[in-house]
Amino acid sequence: MAATFFGEVVKAPCRAGTEDEEEEEEEEGRREMPEDREVRQQLARKREVRLLRRQTKTSLEVSLLEKYPCSKFIIAIGNNAVAFLSSFVMNSGVWEEVGCAKLWNEWCRTADTTHLSSTEAFCGFYHLKSNPSVFGSCPRKNMQITILTCRHVTDYKTLESTGSLPSPFLKALKTQNFKDPACCPLLEQPNIVHDLPAAVLSYCQVWKIPAILYLCYTDVMKLDLITVEAFKPILSTRSLKSLVKNIPQSTEILKKLMTTNEIQSNIYT
Amino acid sequence: MFVPCGESAPDLAGFTLLMPAVSVGNVGQLAMDLIISTLNMSKIGYFYTDCLVPMVGNNPYATAEGNSTELSINAEVYSLPSRKLVALQLRSIFIKYKSKPFCEKLLSWLKSSGCARVIVLSSSHSYQRNDLQLRSTPFRYLLTPSMQRSVQNKIKSLNWQEMEKSRCIPEIDDSEFCIRIPGGGITKTLYDESCSKEIQMAVLLKFVSEGDNIPDALGLVEYLNEWLQIIKPLSDDPTASTSRWKIPSSWRLLFGSGLPPALF
Repeated sequence: MAATFFGEVVKAPCRAGTEDEEEEEEEEGRREMPEDREVRQQLARKREVRLLRRQTKTSLEVSLLEKYPCSKFIIAIGNNAVAFLSSFVMNSGVWEEVGCAKLWNEWCRTADTTHLSSTEAFCGFYHLKSNPSVFGSCPRKNMQITILTCRHVTDYKTLESTGSLPSPFLKALKTQNFKDPACCPLLEQPNIVHDLPAAVLSYCQVWKIPAILYLCYTDVMKLDLITVEAFKPILSTRSLKSLVKNIPQSTEILKKLMTTNEIQSNIYT
Repeated sequence: MFVPCGESAPDLAGFTLLMPAVSVGNVGQLAMDLIISTLNMSKIGYFYTDCLVPMVGNNPYATAEGNSTELSINAEVYSLPSRKLVALQLRSIFIKYKSKPFCEKLLSWLKSSGCARVIVLSSSHSYQRNDLQLRSTPFRYLLTPSMQRSVQNKIKSLNWQEMEKSRCIPEIDDSEFCIRIPGGGITKTLYDESCSKEIQMAVLLKFVSEGDNIPDALGLVEYLNEWLQIIKPLSDDPTASTSRWKIPSSWRLLFGSGLPPALF
């Protein structure tokens, strides 16, 4: 509880995130009937992440990495990271779509995975047909993972004001087993990363898989040319150098991607 | 599950495990940071779990360029074999409905690791104190029956205040009395489970409010230090301030980035 300037007493949110949960659990203990708990657990059991062959929408019988073992696994999270990967990496060579992932949990608006609309979050897997070492036939032990994502510049903690920072800028975080140098400075304390990129990096750190996260701090979270181009230094790293062929062509492709995605905003539409 | 950094799991037989509860003001976690940083404990493994929100960052206890780039995750284990101390640090909050499964996994690891006892550093909402508690020290302790049997005399000599029972349902006058730790996160669950599983557990907590909780964390580690004597006790050297505890480098910018000068 906290007293405000105006003399009211309000419930202050607990930074440790315990308050709601504790009350809920206490209330649950008093009011949740075994039937309610059973319903909640049944719903949780319905949660699924399915890997499908894109064209036929049939499930992949074996795990993706078993069917397509690879030595380089690149993950792009968010629209700018995906645009960078599509324009600069996937436009060099022939990439074949090998599958996609669909997921369902209680917070999805549809009934199950088969009816997810195209506007929902999407995850696709592609492999490079010409080079078997990228999503190719090397054993998993030598696998290296690269993750690309963006964050808003106000998330970055620094002594100076974030408004004066030259955004967009790139920072990196790598696991202990990733021995190559990063193409940009490492993320300084006390900055942290959470959500999906953190989950992937945590897994790699714990299980000793070499992985690197390239994080672009930007002040434009929607699809933006300058933000996407901020990822360009990555093209000179050892893992991606061999994958990129034609940069000027990629820049053209990127520009086209921007224009098709631009929504004309007009207060009358 | 516990995953060691090295090839094999370290031998923790007879060790004391120190751990925080994610609680009001994050006091337990801040206290753990002070302990790990001051004692220069080395990382021995990860407590890999899907119960906590994932997070990563570079070494929060970095002291120089050379040791600043080791990746840290949300739940890690550190040790100081010379003092038979092992520390678990939790750096993020629980995912909804996952706190009880976490407690189960934790206690099961505790039993299998061979640790002799566990001390939980926690905190509770200061606004929930009754009149007597408002007038006394803000520190409290709790011991499970099996822990009581082994450290009863030592605790008595410290003149510590045991956590009082309060009404189970505060609004109802004739409700029973029980131990309540509002704002303590999993503290109560861990304590109850340890009682029933005969685990030697002690809970050390402070009544706090959200805010700048660094002084609360310093207070809690001094409280723990009265018992464990991790560093030279304050009473031996009255001139020493609480700067005996090493503040980790990750505590920089706790309240955000710098302000734009144009604001003024």
